[in-house]
Amino acid sequence: MTFFRNTLAAAALATGVVTAAAPAALAATELTFYYPVAVGGPITKLIDQYVADFHAEHPDIRINPVYSGSYQDTITKALTAVRGGDAPELAVILSTDMFTLIDEDAIVPFDDLIQGEAQAKWLGSFYPGFMENSQTGGKTWGIPFQRSTVVMYWNKEAFKEVGLDPEVPPQTWAEMTEFAHKLTRREGDVTSRWGVQIPSSGFPYWLFQCLTTQNDAILANAEGNKTNFDDPKVVEALQYWVDLSVKEKVHPPGIVEWGTTPKDFFEGKVAMMWTTTGNLTNVRTNAPFEFGVAMLPEKARRGSPTGGGNFYVFKSADEAQRKAALTFVEWMTTPERAAQWGIDTGYVAVRPDAWETKAMQDYVAGFPAAAVARDQLPHAVAELSTHENQRVTKALNDALQAVLTGAEQPEPALKKAQAEAERILRAYH
Amino acid sequence: MARRMVHLYGWMLVFPAVVLLAAFTHVPAVATLWASLFTTARPNRPSRFAGLDAYRAMLDDPVFWQSLANNAVFAAATIPASVILALVMALLVNGRLRGRAAVRVAFFTPTVLPMIAVANIWLFFYTPSYGLLDQIAGLFGLPATNWLGSRETALGAVIAVAVWKEAGFFMIFYLAALQQIPQSLREAAALEGCGRWTFFRRVTLPLIMPTTLFVLINAIINAFRMIDHIIVMTRGGPDNTTSLLLFYIYEVGFKFWDTAYAAALTVVLLVILALVALGQFVILDRRTHYR
Repeated sequence: MTFFRNTLAAAALATGVVTAAAPAALAATELTFYYPVAVGGPITKLIDQYVADFHAEHPDIRINPVYSGSYQDTITKALTAVRGGDAPELAVILSTDMFTLIDEDAIVPFDDLIQGEAQAKWLGSFYPGFMENSQTGGKTWGIPFQRSTVVMYWNKEAFKEVGLDPEVPPQTWAEMTEFAHKLTRREGDVTSRWGVQIPSSGFPYWLFQCLTTQNDAILANAEGNKTNFDDPKVVEALQYWVDLSVKEKVHPPGIVEWGTTPKDFFEGKVAMMWTTTGNLTNVRTNAPFEFGVAMLPEKARRGSPTGGGNFYVFKSADEAQRKAALTFVEWMTTPERAAQWGIDTGYVAVRPDAWETKAMQDYVAGFPAAAVARDQLPHAVAELSTHENQRVTKALNDALQAVLTGAEQPEPALKKAQAEAERILRAYH
Repeated sequence: MARRMVHLYGWMLVFPAVVLLAAFTHVPAVATLWASLFTTARPNRPSRFAGLDAYRAMLDDPVFWQSLANNAVFAAATIPASVILALVMALLVNGRLRGRAAVRVAFFTPTVLPMIAVANIWLFFYTPSYGLLDQIAGLFGLPATNWLGSRETALGAVIAVAVWKEAGFFMIFYLAALQQIPQSLREAAALEGCGRWTFFRRVTLPLIMPTTLFVLINAIINAFRMIDHIIVMTRGGPDNTTSLLLFYIYEVGFKFWDTAYAAALTVVLLVILALVALGQFVILDRRTHYR
């Protein structure tokens, strides 16, 4: 149908049928735009609003935003659509799916789309930390959009209650364990409040990568064909995580659900939680107590992986659609809009100059927590991403969950995951 | 001539069914078998014939074996539990019971709800600390349980959801069957001085055997087909303890994009289902009393 409409529009243009009086919709370039929702808050409403604003400024382009579920659902839908010959022209997909999208020959690099100096400058305007997951082989395949890092939220009232300074979060692993002990409240067998919570359902590797980065280990190389899951420092990081629940008993046992972690925090069931900065607005709206936001504690160094989604332009888009897609992406990532998106959601505004806009400066002045993720950016590393990404991360996820549920010890589990990853990646050397 | 016309007439009558069955069942099944013999095409590596490689890889794939074992447990638990529960519920609401209509509706409601909604409701029931189950446990001073997050309870938790969802559906069939049993049989049995249990075992149960067969086949198919709640509640985790065969096929096919291997796994699923159906028709059919 899209094809038909485009052909019609093109034919109309070619034959000169379109006159100044013709309705603009007939000549509009149409784009289907998949976007996922991964955090709390009215994201769909925001996207619809942005698209409406864009239409007002660019009547010759029609964007059809399609809410496509979680990040997982989105990559699945997009690749299924590519195979079925009905790909979207534009999508927001995890930055880590870059290799998968390249291997599937589904996307085009932005270097081929941009023209002129202004656009080249725009391509270079983002935080380098976010570009690590957006570039490979000297080309830029994704434009950072809803990007995040992991931060720690803490309940100031709980801190006060147990005699901790409510303004000072833990700075090191040892301190976090110590604070967590104080914050854990237990009556007999029943724990009514846990000290700290690091979610482990769905994509435990992302949270785990915080720990490995802080322990100064890198999980995968930049080419995406080699992993270091069995590095002793990685083993040590996992030991720390599992010890928090098994040995120290300050962290809920078993697998902790990602989706309900903010709710656990609001309910006062946990005093410190690790989750994405993308939840900032959600927490600000829903936490019934005073809370703080801090950089994650350090071991050898500070650290967090970046995360979140990039814009990708699909190969299936024709010349006009690619151009329109680029216009839209550029429009969505202007300093003003990047700032607004950050304020609306809690995602990190993706370029330094967004933080210099008046809106953002006013926002940070009134709500300093908003700047924590930005300040953590210099310590951030690329999120784990390899060829056959889903499969390789599943190997790691399974190992992490096996250890966290007490079925295996960290070292053998990670060795097994490493062997599996090497087997999968053999073809990419 | 007339005979040929009859033949033609017959073929014309079955034609729509044949076309539909072929297009949506037989051709895809054969195509799946065919696809499982080739490697997955990648943009830089075209598909090539690989024979039984995918099946050999399956033998070494621990996740496949675990999914198969999980599925066996899932089937062994959900099938008898949901069928027996359905029969008990049907007997209950078939009798003279106050508020019978309300009870029937209550039993049937889980069936009407979409599985995704059901799974989300149960997700809340199972939430540690403040979920419904733990709130009830808390009243008795019991500690919180991470139902979906520990390997001992996760599979049991998703089984409970499946039984809850299915029993009401099967109850409707049993209820219909029970209402077909003529009142005269009951009266005759009463005259003979036969007790309620004997009547149930000797009269009711044989008479509803065709329904039981139908329900059993459905229960088995569902045991291999229901994965919506897995996707919503656990995504196969923790560490594959709730990964069922079809869920694993979905993962391999649509997350890893290894379509050839997914096809091979699908063939295994087809073979299992075909064997089960065959066994049921051959063995149970003989013992089933059709009127």
